[in-house]
Amino acid sequence: MLIYWANDEYKITIFGHTYVRFFPDWYYNLLHIPARLAEGMAFHFLFMWFFTLNGIFYVAYTIISGAWRELVPQKKSWKEAWLVLLHDLHIRKMAPPQNKYNAAQRIAYTAIIVMGIGSVITGLAIYKPVQFYYLTWLCGGYHFARIIHFALTLGYVFFFLIHIVQVIIAGWNNFRSVISGFEVVNEEPKTVTEE
Amino acid sequence: MSNPEEEDKQPDTGAAVQKQINRRNFISFGTFAVLGVAAFGGWKSLYNSAIETTGITGGAHKPLRRALNKSELFFRNFFSNNHLVKTYPKSMAAKKVRQNTSIGADSKLDADNWRLQVKKLSGEVLAITIDEIKALPKTDLVFDFKCVEGWDQIQHWGGVRFVDFVEHFGLQPETKLNYVGMETPDKGYYIGLDMDSAMHPQTILAYEMNDMPLPVGHGAPLRLIIPVKYGIKNLKRIGNINFSNHRPHDYWAEQGYDYYSGL
Repeated sequence: MLIYWANDEYKITIFGHTYVRFFPDWYYNLLHIPARLAEGMAFHFLFMWFFTLNGIFYVAYTIISGAWRELVPQKKSWKEAWLVLLHDLHIRKMAPPQNKYNAAQRIAYTAIIVMGIGSVITGLAIYKPVQFYYLTWLCGGYHFARIIHFALTLGYVFFFLIHIVQVIIAGWNNFRSVISGFEVVNEEPKTVTEE
Repeated sequence: MSNPEEEDKQPDTGAAVQKQINRRNFISFGTFAVLGVAAFGGWKSLYNSAIETTGITGGAHKPLRRALNKSELFFRNFFSNNHLVKTYPKSMAAKKVRQNTSIGADSKLDADNWRLQVKKLSGEVLAITIDEIKALPKTDLVFDFKCVEGWDQIQHWGGVRFVDFVEHFGLQPETKLNYVGMETPDKGYYIGLDMDSAMHPQTILAYEMNDMPLPVGHGAPLRLIIPVKYGIKNLKRIGNINFSNHRPHDYWAEQGYDYYSGL
């Protein structure tokens, strides 16, 4: 939750300024920006640590625990993800068989990690473009790095929205399993008693 | 997904399993709720945290200011005079150079009486004319000027490198101190620089823009161009230079911005 709130802060201030040109309604927000920009940057330069460390811990955990096997896309995932999409949009009746995560989830959850790494690299490239000049070069220059950094931020917003909608659609039992780590599948007495 | 432990318990009665499910749900959701409340509370307290009392820095939430200062210390480890800002051919420099503010340079410039005052450690104050500065070796710099607001522009500046200036006027003892301060003649705008950044080989005291004398709006007769800092540190119309072991006062640092603001 913190992550997205902080992103919101970020958007209003640093990128709000750029975006003003696209949304003329925001023009009077410009009046708040001299004060809010400093505040937004200060928040950002604290939360950058939180995001980065959080990402490092998460990736380290998935590697150590072996959970990455459930998360990294497989060869078939690319084709299956399309079928999952059609299924979720109620165009297709059947979804492909899946393990813990379906093909679309595998791609999304891995993409978000790649995006996170992209944000750190483009972030450093625009935060210290002289000291980390090689990163800035890698990102296609200072200006382009800023654009990527912003585009990735928008990407998180879309990810977040789709994610939340999907969690709501998936229902309570799924949500409970996310929190508790196990899912209650056997409701019929037969399966419980047999074997 | 079913948990292996869950399967082991299958011979148990349904009630026992149900009990275990309830227990685990209670622990998990309890933890989730506690963490959620903690995160929410943490955010709230950070968002509502006190604003620092304005000294050398001001205007920022206290914990955020601490984070800015700590981040500065961390990233200063990566600073090197060998890291140069990317330069461009003159032809790429903007003809219409962006002019953002004129704080500290609003009054009419008295060009004839302008002197750069340099306060030495001995207490002696040098009063340097613009011609003395122009007599020093000139360095041209075409680089991407970066503003905290988010814009950047390739600009062409010409002037004397700060290191050359220091050497010519015998200010080496002064550069042993940690900071350089600069102020406009009316003291309406002022900045502080760490010595490393000031002594960076691309830091220049500029008196030319696009091969022409500096226009008043861009800081005539002499302004600071320091590519390892955001635009907020690039003081226009320099009135005096001083040296200190403590952070000199800084216009934007007092308004909540990072003191270091290094690139």
